[in-house]
Amino acid sequence: MAALVIAEHDHKSLKSPLLNTITAALMLGRPVSVLVAGKEASGAAQEAASVGGVSEVLYADDAAYDGFLAENMAALIAKLAPSYSHILAPATSFGKNILPRAAGLCGCAQISDIIGIESEDTFVRPIYAGNAIATVKSTDKIKFITVRSTAFDKATRNGKCSVKKIEEVEDSGLSRFIAAQKTQTNRPDLTVAAIIVSGGRGLESAEKFKTIIEPLADKLGAAIGASRAAVDAGYISNDCQIGQTGKVVAPNLYIAIGLSGAIQHLAGMKDSKTIVAVNKDPDAPIFAVADYGIVGDLFEIVPELTKAI
Amino acid sequence: MKILVTVKRVIDYNVNIRVKTDNSGVETANVKMAMNPFDENAVEEAVRLKEKGVATEIVVTTIDAPVAQETLRAALALGCDRAILVSSEKDVQPLGVVGALKKIVEKETPELIIMGKQAIDQEGGQVGGLLAAQLGWAQGAAVSKIEISGDKAKVIRETDEGQETLELKLPAVITADLRLNAPRFASLPNIMKAKKKPIEVIPIAEMGGDVCPTIQILKVTPPPMRKRGVVVPDVATLVNKLKNEAKAI
Repeated sequence: MAALVIAEHDHKSLKSPLLNTITAALMLGRPVSVLVAGKEASGAAQEAASVGGVSEVLYADDAAYDGFLAENMAALIAKLAPSYSHILAPATSFGKNILPRAAGLCGCAQISDIIGIESEDTFVRPIYAGNAIATVKSTDKIKFITVRSTAFDKATRNGKCSVKKIEEVEDSGLSRFIAAQKTQTNRPDLTVAAIIVSGGRGLESAEKFKTIIEPLADKLGAAIGASRAAVDAGYISNDCQIGQTGKVVAPNLYIAIGLSGAIQHLAGMKDSKTIVAVNKDPDAPIFAVADYGIVGDLFEIVPELTKAI
Repeated sequence: MKILVTVKRVIDYNVNIRVKTDNSGVETANVKMAMNPFDENAVEEAVRLKEKGVATEIVVTTIDAPVAQETLRAALALGCDRAILVSSEKDVQPLGVVGALKKIVEKETPELIIMGKQAIDQEGGQVGGLLAAQLGWAQGAAVSKIEISGDKAKVIRETDEGQETLELKLPAVITADLRLNAPRFASLPNIMKAKKKPIEVIPIAEMGGDVCPTIQILKVTPPPMRKRGVVVPDVATLVNKLKNEAKAI
């Protein structure tokens, strides 16, 4: 039996964590199908057909899938599920919303946020904010899996497979999509950025966050992240939050400025390749994971760093 | 409307986790336990809905060992009206939890269920979705705002790109994000009053029993440790190291 990957997309194109999820699916050693459900999403469906290793793209086009409502998406997935051994989705706000419901409809549990695959029924996943790593074996008839994208490489775009239109329309009428409030930014997306400059409560205000963090991020072409404390204090919008309850990132370079490094924050960034910390407190936990640290006043150090790069 | 809130007793979020030396799990003996932080948001929201006159009764429940009565008692001190403990000496997995919750829903017929979006121990983040699916109810996951009007709930969900607004038909299952509210602390008089509020204890066997667990934990290990790096004296040294040692810029 094949594995089915649920595509996260914006109708026009695929979202990047999907490519990592496809890599995880290919590691199961089975044919991999991708489900693209959306409204007028042939752009995303064609793109999915160009991902290397994908055997088939299923494309469901209906207004019912426009806002990716969990009720409708899960009903469609559950209808297709009996033909598959594994159903995978990225462990993003998209996948975390839809996949448990699809699993529930099929009477299965979910294996959440996997970072490794040992065999077709055994997976590795972090628990306790990444402070422990569990290896779990599932006996569910269909394995519903969300995939942590930072743990798998991106699939390449060197394939070509067919796109099969499917006519099933699942419209539960239980919920209605009203609006999305998306944060506009010209910066790279946090989940794909090679460099992230991240700020904490040490920035003291929204204005200082902007005047200190942005020039450095501009110079490096970096995405901007933040600790929960900085988001809660209103320095920056909450889609920038990195950590246990925000985004999990693993860039090439992570520069942590004025953030102490609570375990909930470390859970979201400690797999970064190189970590730099700037903090006035030499005992801040962030220094325990940083490759390079500078102890001192960030309001002097960061502008100097921006200038020196 | 009647609201059902579910809570879980977990290791306090401030405690440093220690993995057992036999790799069978995480050390929980003599460790401070507390209500799962996201469930505190769920309790708080239910209490606020009652204070606004939207909710008439709040029932709080957990599926756990008898010691979890302390967590239910904490929820009662925060303003829940009564509690149900589905007692099980064994750890109950998400499908077993959902099985027990379905029985409670049959008996209590709530119009709204609120729970944390995930528990900070196992971090499955799935009970809300599993339960909504099996009840055939609408769901709002990772919600930061709830407005009830008539037989509908307007909710704002936190997403990776910002937020989205949905309208849910009631009854519904809503999972709480940390931004839903700032939970209150229980006052001493309310803690005293909570001691008199009823906690019904039902053995899980009477709830149809735990469904056969489908997930076996083979081992639990500590995460790979990062090597502690170096503290550099100045920006020039940092830039030099980033360029020539880490080759990161």
